[in-house]
Parts: sequence; structure tokens; C-alpha cells
Amino acid sequence: MKHESVETNAGLLIILTLAVISVGGLVEIVPLFYINDTIEEVEGVRPYTPLEQRGRDLYVREGCYTCHSQMVRPFRDEMLRYGHYSLAAESQFDHPFQWGSKRTGPDLARVGGKYSNEWQVQHLINPKSLVPESIMPGYPWLATTPLDYDDIEQRMIALRRVGVPYSINQEEFDANVERFGEETAVMLDINRAEANLIAQAQEGNFDGDRSFISEMDAMVAYLQVLGTMVDFNQYSEGYFAEFR
Amino acid sequence: MSTNEKPSKKPGEVETTGHVWDSNLQEYNNPLPRWWLWGFYATVVFAIVYWILFPAWPIGGTFTKGLNTITFMDDGEEVTTHWNTRSLLARDMQTGRHAVRQREMLDRVGDMEYEEILADVDAMSFVNAYAKGSFGTWCAACHQTGGAGVIGQYPNLRNDQWKWGGTVAQIEETLVLGRNGYMPGYRESLNSEQLDQVASYVLAMNDYDLDADAVAAGEEIFNGYLGGCYQCHGVDAQGLASLGAPNLSNNIWGLVDVPGAADDEERVSRVASFVHDGVQRVMPGFADRLSETEIKVLTAYVHSLGGGQ
Repeated sequence: MKHESVETNAGLLIILTLAVISVGGLVEIVPLFYINDTIEEVEGVRPYTPLEQRGRDLYVREGCYTCHSQMVRPFRDEMLRYGHYSLAAESQFDHPFQWGSKRTGPDLARVGGKYSNEWQVQHLINPKSLVPESIMPGYPWLATTPLDYDDIEQRMIALRRVGVPYSINQEEFDANVERFGEETAVMLDINRAEANLIAQAQEGNFDGDRSFISEMDAMVAYLQVLGTMVDFNQYSEGYFAEFR
Repeated sequence: MSTNEKPSKKPGEVETTGHVWDSNLQEYNNPLPRWWLWGFYATVVFAIVYWILFPAWPIGGTFTKGLNTITFMDDGEEVTTHWNTRSLLARDMQTGRHAVRQREMLDRVGDMEYEEILADVDAMSFVNAYAKGSFGTWCAACHQTGGAGVIGQYPNLRNDQWKWGGTVAQIEETLVLGRNGYMPGYRESLNSEQLDQVASYVLAMNDYDLDADAVAAGEEIFNGYLGGCYQCHGVDAQGLASLGAPNLSNNIWGLVDVPGAADDEERVSRVASFVHDGVQRVMPGFADRLSETEIKVLTAYVHSLGGGQ
């Protein structure tokens, strides 16, 4: 092909440019989808419950990811501060994942269970009341806005379509019982999503008010589960290196 | 449109690409600077060396592992793997210079008694350095970076008020098991006048000059059947560490913001409303999250913050 025909034909130039720049992506990303060891074999990781999933949607809506990453990197200083480094397996049901390298605030990959619900609620309403040096803005409306869960089933169906194993029929439910156990499988059943969400919010009482399911309930439920699914005491130090 | 007519070229003139746009727009065909070109070749050579030493090319379900290896201990056995960041971290945690130095100090402090640690300058300087990070990540969320707490919510660890006891043994117990602080509200058993009287008595014990009649009546409620405050706080209001009941006579205020009140009236109303509501505060236990040595280091640190007991 003559140089001149590329230079004088904008459409051809665009197509060839796309072809060249996609090489980088194809070489670096595509192999990860078929290399066997990308996702570690590890017990305990499950999709989010309906309430946690709504919390995650709010996390994305409020733009938490612009300041907080969810990826503890394999360095000693990060292990000492945050805990075990993140595994690919731990974000296998995240769409989109919340990794990242920009930390204006601390990493949140292992924040679950670290602070009490009451602390999380007060901190989200007014961070400076607990951490005076914090520059995080407050999110007081989470506590006063009722959680919209009318479309929770549609949200789960959409995630199911991209591969999250929420079950929609008996066959898929049985597969989930086998894979995650009965109790978790019930939580992953799309047909029972709304009832499950209400039950978890009332039982967990994340925002301290049982009579009212607020966005705060969902947000705190999500934060409290982050990084808690894998029991790292089960695995030796070298186990996860086998997958790299 | 461009044309391909080669323009006439004078000797010494830079060659052009030969394209002519809009009848006279041309493009020089300058060679790349040598340093740039050699730099480019160097990156190519670097890439090839990198492919040989490090994991690089995907092949089916696996990839080329590279010749570089890392050796570390896994469950007491020596393991050698191809180069990867996880093995690198395992090795760094085991034999890295800073990790080894830190472990030496942790082991040393772990083997010492509290009296020895508190008296040993080296040990305390390690405690202060290590605990600063530990305290920052585990404790500062409530007790604040410097340990000064939040009045009305989280205890100040820098003053001389030790609700659950300020000896190293008591601080360690607090850290290991957590604490569940509870004072009932008196909204049912005391009316608002009586609440004000109790408040007056409590404030009078801290040298606030209040109506003597109210103070006397408050003392009767405090030490009598009606209030029964003495059962936890003690007859002389010195507090009881086993119940987390604070000393009420040392003019140190953790949960009621007395110093922030404008006048006696507001002070009485703040204390009275606190007695009316009661309070429940929980400190979580850290036995599952921190090692014994880490708890020891934190205990020594917290003890040194407020002067301990």
C-alpha cells in the first residue's frame, strides 16, 4: 500500500491507526482471559447480596473510587498497614472492578469489619467529626434518603448477563447451593432479591434505625463486607505465588 | 491534493519526502538524530533481555516464566519459584533488611516484661516508632491520631482518667477483650429537679460553686436508694475500674462537655441530660486481629501516653 493513499484517505488512516494501537491491548489483556492461573483457587468468595450490591452501586454513584482504591498491592508496607494483598479472585464478581492506583484516601479493599457500623455511619455523615485532618466530604443524605430497591431484580439480571452467578431458575439455584452452600445460594436468588434485601437491612441494622431502610444501610453493608470473604489463615505464604 | 513531482534540489539542501501539497507545501525528510536512534535500539535489546529473565510471553494457558528465580520459606520448606511480585514479597517479609530488623525488635520486646520495656530506652523508642503506625491504623479512627479522643464519644488516652484502669495489665485486657461500657438512663427514676440536683452534686465535687441546697439533695440521691450512683462510681465518686465507672471528682470530663459550657446553668443542664439519657460505649477487642507482641507494644505505648498508673 502506498504511503500516499494512507495519508490522503482519512477513513483508511483511522482504521489502520486503530489496528496499530489495539495491538498493545490485545497482547497485554487478552491472554489474561485464557491463562489458567489468573484467578486464584480460593474458598469463600461469593457475589454480593442484594443489599451489598445496592451499596456498591451507591459507592460508584457517589464517586468514592475517585479517591479510594480497592487493591492492596504486594508490598511490605501495604501488608503492614492494610493486611493481605488483594487477590484477583476477590474481585471476580465486581463489574466494574474498583482497583486503582490513585489514593487520596486510604485503600478500602480490607476495610470490612475494621470499624463499627456506628463509626462508619458517623464518619460518612461528617468525616471531620472523627478524623479532624480528613479532607473527605460528608455524605449526610445517605442517612436520610430511602434506599430505592424497586429495580434490584433488574440490576441482578444485568450482572447475571455479564457472568455473575445470580440464579434465576431452579437449575442455577441448585448449582449455587453446590458452589456456595445453601445459605449463600438463597441470597443470590434473583426471585427472592427484594425480600432478602429487606431482611438483611433490618437484621443488620447498619444505620441504627430498623424502621427505615436508608441508602446508609446499603453503603455500610457493602463497606463491612469488603475484603472479609477469604480466610487467609487457611493458606500458606507461598500458596498464592503459585498462581503467578 | 498532493502531487509527486520531485522538486529540483540544490546541493546542500535537505531532501524532502517528495510530496507537494497545494502546489508548494513540502515536507523535509530529516534523518533522526543518532542518539535517539541508538536509544531506540537499546530499548529493543533491553526488551529481549527482559523476555529471557522475566515472565513475558503468553503461550496457550500458560506463559514463559523467565530464568530469574526467587527462593523463600513456605511452611518451613524452602521454595524456589520464577520471578513474581508475590514471591518477592514473601522473601522481603522473611529476609528483607527492614523486616529482619523489625522482627528482631518485636521478638526482643515480646520476651520482655512490661516493667523492663517501660524502663528500657531502646525498647521504648522502638515501641513509639512501631506503635505510631499500629495506633494510626487500628486506634486513631476513634481515639484520634495523638490519642486525645473526641469529647462526648471516644476516651482521651492522654489524660489521667482511666475508666477501665490504667495499669499495663488493665490496658492489655482492654485491648485483648474490648470493653462494654454502660450507664443506665435515669429518665424513669429521677424527675428533672432531681436530675439537676445530682448534676449539681457531681459538679460541686469538681469545685464548681453551686446552690448548697441542691448539692446536698444531690448527694443524698447519689449515695442513696433513689439514684444509687455510688454503686458503680463509689461513695466518694472515685470510680470503679472493673465496671468502667469513671472517677467523677477529678474534673476530667470525657463524655460530658463541661469545660465547653458557658455558665453553671449550662453545666448543670449538660450533666443532667447525660444522667437522664445514660450511655453505652463499646470498644472492640483486638485478640483476633493483632498478635500478642503487637498488643504488648500498643499497651506500652498507650500506657506511656497518659502517664499510666
